[in-house]
Amino acid sequence: MSGLHETVTAQVKGQWRGWIRFAGGRVLRLLLLLAFVCFVTFLLADLSPIDPIQAYIGADMMRVGPEQRAEIGAYWGLDQPFAERLLRWAGNLLQGDMGTSMIYREPVSDVIADRFASSAALMATSWLLSGIIGFALGSIAAIRQGGITDRFIQSVCYTIASTPAFWIALLAMTIFAVWLGWFPVGLGVPAGVLAGDVTLLDRLYHMALPALTLSVAGIAPVALHTRAKLIEVYDSDYVLFARARGERGWKLFLRHGLRNAALPALMLQFASFSELFGGAVLAEQVFSYPGLGQATVEAGLRGDVPLLLGLVICSSLFVFTGNLLADSIHSAIDPKRRLHPEVKS
Amino acid sequence: MSAARSLTRGRGRRLTGRTRLLISAATTGLLLVGIILCSLFIGEQGLSVKLELRDLPPSLQHLFGTDWLGRDMFSRTVQGLTLSVAVGLAGAAGSTVIAMMMGLAAAFLGRKVDRVVTWLIDATLSVPHLVMLILIAFVSGGGIQGIMIGIVFTHWPSLARVIRAEALSVVTADYVAVSRGFGRTRWWIMRHHLAPHLLPQLFIGFLLLFPHAVLHEAAITFLGLGFSPHQPAIGIILSESMRYLSSGMWWLAVFPGLALLVTVRAFDMLGHSLQRLIDPKHSRT
Repeated sequence: MSGLHETVTAQVKGQWRGWIRFAGGRVLRLLLLLAFVCFVTFLLADLSPIDPIQAYIGADMMRVGPEQRAEIGAYWGLDQPFAERLLRWAGNLLQGDMGTSMIYREPVSDVIADRFASSAALMATSWLLSGIIGFALGSIAAIRQGGITDRFIQSVCYTIASTPAFWIALLAMTIFAVWLGWFPVGLGVPAGVLAGDVTLLDRLYHMALPALTLSVAGIAPVALHTRAKLIEVYDSDYVLFARARGERGWKLFLRHGLRNAALPALMLQFASFSELFGGAVLAEQVFSYPGLGQATVEAGLRGDVPLLLGLVICSSLFVFTGNLLADSIHSAIDPKRRLHPEVKS
Repeated sequence: MSAARSLTRGRGRRLTGRTRLLISAATTGLLLVGIILCSLFIGEQGLSVKLELRDLPPSLQHLFGTDWLGRDMFSRTVQGLTLSVAVGLAGAAGSTVIAMMMGLAAAFLGRKVDRVVTWLIDATLSVPHLVMLILIAFVSGGGIQGIMIGIVFTHWPSLARVIRAEALSVVTADYVAVSRGFGRTRWWIMRHHLAPHLLPQLFIGFLLLFPHAVLHEAAITFLGLGFSPHQPAIGIILSESMRYLSSGMWWLAVFPGLALLVTVRAFDMLGHSLQRLIDPKHSRT
């Protein structure tokens, strides 16, 4: 008896070790990828025809002589060869120094830190909402497969997937903010109120419409994925057996459907951080919501290279985290994948 | 008896895959021809400024209303749609070509190339598309070429994966081994075994990439990083409309967006119905 117990424990331990090794490999791989992305981003910015000195000085360019230009360039190290600049940039980056934003005239890390909270609140809310609504819609469609409800939900999802996210935002703003006046037209906080006097309720009130818009845009993939997965589950032998035992309806869904369909849906949600960030950029732009997305657009429009680089890195770190979470959930659950990490499902 | 009846009733109510495909192909074709004909017919004169006709809500003379300069919104929408569809088609075609090259290279040029391609796919997927597009549009100094380069270089990974998997499954199939055993040349195998599998996938991939390409083009022009404001791309029309929405001119935003939605949806439907018809895995659900 104890012998059996020991073998089982050893097996479980071995599995955990395999999983840890697998996760470690994943993290390492992601770090390498991140380094690669940083390098390409720096290269792209370096290749661009935009002159950083001119972008920095702006309208005062006429009053700066060539000697002064050269001096500014030397101060920034622009006269150094590419490899040296890259190394210096990478070294600073590792120390958390991403340079100084030209628009905001403060360190890039501060700009990002300031705006991260608002963006994170917005994205987290809509992430949750779209996940729950999408999962519910997908489950309903799968249970009523082939029926009118199913076809209705499917066509709604495909339509949402073909709709520009910013157009949804524009419509939401026109209807709920302009016509009905239920929500404020824009901005993260009420205008004309001191920063200290802004309450949490104010912030939530201003976030509601952007978050709703963003979650509508995110519903379609989860719903369609859940529907396909649940139909697969309902076609399986164990569900057939459960039906033969007399299980049906809600109980059947809770016991067999929900468990098997919820994790794929969760993984998909984690893997969709890229679209979430893209949607947030658009929603923030429409509602003038002061988040990372708005900063990205500003940096792109006004040529703020350090800020743009910082945001590219920050957003890909965000996507990486999502992918890593999706991957670890997958491998933690699926033994095939845990033992043979190269298996792709 | 009842089973047979329900079967025939089901068939009468639900269209078969082929009929659905033909319908959506016809719709998409008509839509495209309509857009092109309309934009040819309207030309430059439809975009002229008529200040006495400004801010008109939709009517029979101006189906989509007029804007703050008295320009007919229907003409502007059609022009914008032509531009968006052209950019979308070119962008989707470019990414399809890259996806094909990458996928085939990964499948045929050995393990090392495969690893590099997989790496590139992962790297491309790890930056949010829109952020990447903003970066590329900025780096290339804006304009149409920036958008095109951005779309082409961000949209290929998903299709490249499909092509790689499909090519690998064909190459390792038994019938290809038999073919090789019969002494068929590589070229013969490629033409007779590989092409019939890959061409439909490429075509479907192209059709399904198109909606993404158009939506991203619209998004980036909406953010102001694409065309100059004189070119009436849908994104630009919508971003201009934002200033007038609070004064109740809803038609400036509703109709152009709706037109884009209908076009994108038509292509998406065509792609999906073709996919269902060709790929048995998708036909069931």
